Amino acid sequence: MKKYKLKIKGLDCANCASELESHLQKIDIIDNVSISFMTENLIFECLEENINAALEKIKKVIRKKEPDAYIEG
Amino acid sequence: MNKNMQKSLIKIIIALILFVITSVINFNNHLINNIIFIISYIIVGYSVILKAVKNILRGKVFDENFLMTIATIGAFCISEFPEAVAVMLFYQVGEWFQSYAVDKSRKSIASLMDIRPDYANVCREEIIKVSPEEVDVDEVILIRPGEKIPLDGIVTKGTSTLNTLALTGEAIPKRVKEGDEVLSGSINNDGILKVKVTKVFTESTVSKILDLVENASSRRSKSENFISKFAKYYTPIVVVIAIMLAIIPPLLIENATFSDWLYRALSFLVVSCPCALVISIPLSFFGGIGAASKIGALVKGSNYLEALSQTETIVCDKTGTLTEGVFKVGKIEAIGYSEAELLRYAAYAENHSNHPISISIKEAYNKKIDEKLVTNTKEISGKGLISQVNKHTVLIGNEKLMNEYKITFTKNQGIGTIIYIAIDNKFAGTITIADEIKKDAYKAINLFKENGIKKIVMLTGDKENISKEVADKLGIDEYHAELLPQDKVTETEKLMRKKAPNSKLVFIGDGINDAPVLALSDIGVAMGGLGSDAAIEAADVVIMTDEPSKLATAIKISRKTMKIVKQNIIFAISVKIIVLMLSAFGLATMWAAVFADVGVSVLAILNALRILRIKNIE
Repeated sequence: MKKYKLKIKGLDCANCASELESHLQKIDIIDNVSISFMTENLIFECLEENINAALEKIKKVIRKKEPDAYIEG
Repeated sequence: MNKNMQKSLIKIIIALILFVITSVINFNNHLINNIIFIISYIIVGYSVILKAVKNILRGKVFDENFLMTIATIGAFCISEFPEAVAVMLFYQVGEWFQSYAVDKSRKSIASLMDIRPDYANVCREEIIKVSPEEVDVDEVILIRPGEKIPLDGIVTKGTSTLNTLALTGEAIPKRVKEGDEVLSGSINNDGILKVKVTKVFTESTVSKILDLVENASSRRSKSENFISKFAKYYTPIVVVIAIMLAIIPPLLIENATFSDWLYRALSFLVVSCPCALVISIPLSFFGGIGAASKIGALVKGSNYLEALSQTETIVCDKTGTLTEGVFKVGKIEAIGYSEAELLRYAAYAENHSNHPISISIKEAYNKKIDEKLVTNTKEISGKGLISQVNKHTVLIGNEKLMNEYKITFTKNQGIGTIIYIAIDNKFAGTITIADEIKKDAYKAINLFKENGIKKIVMLTGDKENISKEVADKLGIDEYHAELLPQDKVTETEKLMRKKAPNSKLVFIGDGINDAPVLALSDIGVAMGGLGSDAAIEAADVVIMTDEPSKLATAIKISRKTMKIVKQNIIFAISVKIIVLMLSAFGLATMWAAVFADVGVSVLAILNALRILRIKNIE
């Protein structure tokens, strides 16, 4: 497992951030997901070979649940 | 202020002007008044309505946009035109102010941690500016005055003073010269330095610290978990009550009008968003962690900050934590010679030795040694050495050495390591070498006591009499001496069992051989974190300098943080409950409801931001 950190922008409020976090936790190939509204960090753990699939899944969940939010970079 | 915020500010102002004009001037015509109200409502509220519709299509019902839309449209339906506009208007004002406050606190917290270097001047064919990630180990970088040191390395050319304030919270500049190690994140004050890089950026000190602090918010405290749980149930419950409030009383109570109860129900909807809590609690912890890192105490998670506030027992390691961990010449007792003469003989005799004790004697002598005068130095393993100094035979070592050479001597009962010296086979006196207590240790113990720490315990592998002296001088109630590393673990286990439930045990050590105890205690604190990877890894709190008093300051910050957290929880929940009750009985207007929603958020955020203003907490 490797730790990844992404910048997540455009989150409306802290509550939305924690809701989005609980949706992301349901993705099976990533672990220990946390979103910090204050630092705008999305942190998760994932096997290195799965990272591309994981990113796709994360982006899909964000598009569905919080379309105003987006991963930067 | 970003573009989005500017735009919404303009909208708010236009809508506000229309709203005020209509309310004050009153066009004496209901139709015109209402049309203007609707126009200002649309200007300020269409984005909320749009979002609400989008969210419903995605199956997200209980979101605040939806609740606001329902509440205001409901108000229009019962002909409360000004109320509808006002609710939307003040909701937007509150939201705007909230994002302004969040933005501002993000920036001020970011500036607390503003140690990330933007570039490195690397010397390849010529000096070029690159991002620090692109520099390899063994490359040479140039740092001009005023620039941040981008990567850890060793000075190869130049001298300067470094400002390590951002790393250690320490204002005293550090002098560096050729051969010295420099850490990324410090600022070069005056000279030009050439530095050979020893670590790539991701492994440099600055990256490690940033990582540690930024990841801290992912380890949540109990308070934060409580709030997320609360938020999960609060909104649906309030919404369900609102629906019942609109339907049941008009059916059951005589003379009850539907519009009156609908108004009360709509007020409920306005109060139903838990945002004030959900935002202000993590913000408080984040601020607390930021404030602690500013004084050079890195807390690895909100949970540890929360735990620090419940500290009851502090267990300290002795050597290197409360004492300097370096040997220093203390008392000199000379017989038949002056103290200076004895020290001179000792320093000359020890000239060729690199034993820590020899070094401390030479340091105390602090004059140039004429090497020609020292001959025939012979080390006697485990006992000391014998040297010819200016045609005199000097014996220097422990009691065993004196016994071996059959020197008559008086035993010195002092505290510390005693060095016996004989000159020309005659006892000449003793030098006591002691590990000095840090000045900061006195301050630390006093601050611990002032902050209501009930029990301070010192654990050490050192001799009983030395430990007693240190404990007495510092005023430590309990100490255990002559412990092997595994004994430290057993002692800590005992203390863990003895403490009150819900209180916490903190262990503070210099990070050397402490890993099992660091892991065992509720909160492990490693000191002198700069440069020691193992300590940063094992500890929950890392103190960047070698001052134990920083732990006291960190505890103070944690208590202040928890106080603000509790204030916010109680304030937000009670205002909401009071307003809910009042509106259920028809005593509160929708205005009060708006205050209970966004007003409380803003106040809670402002309260949380007070943590960042802790400046001279000591």
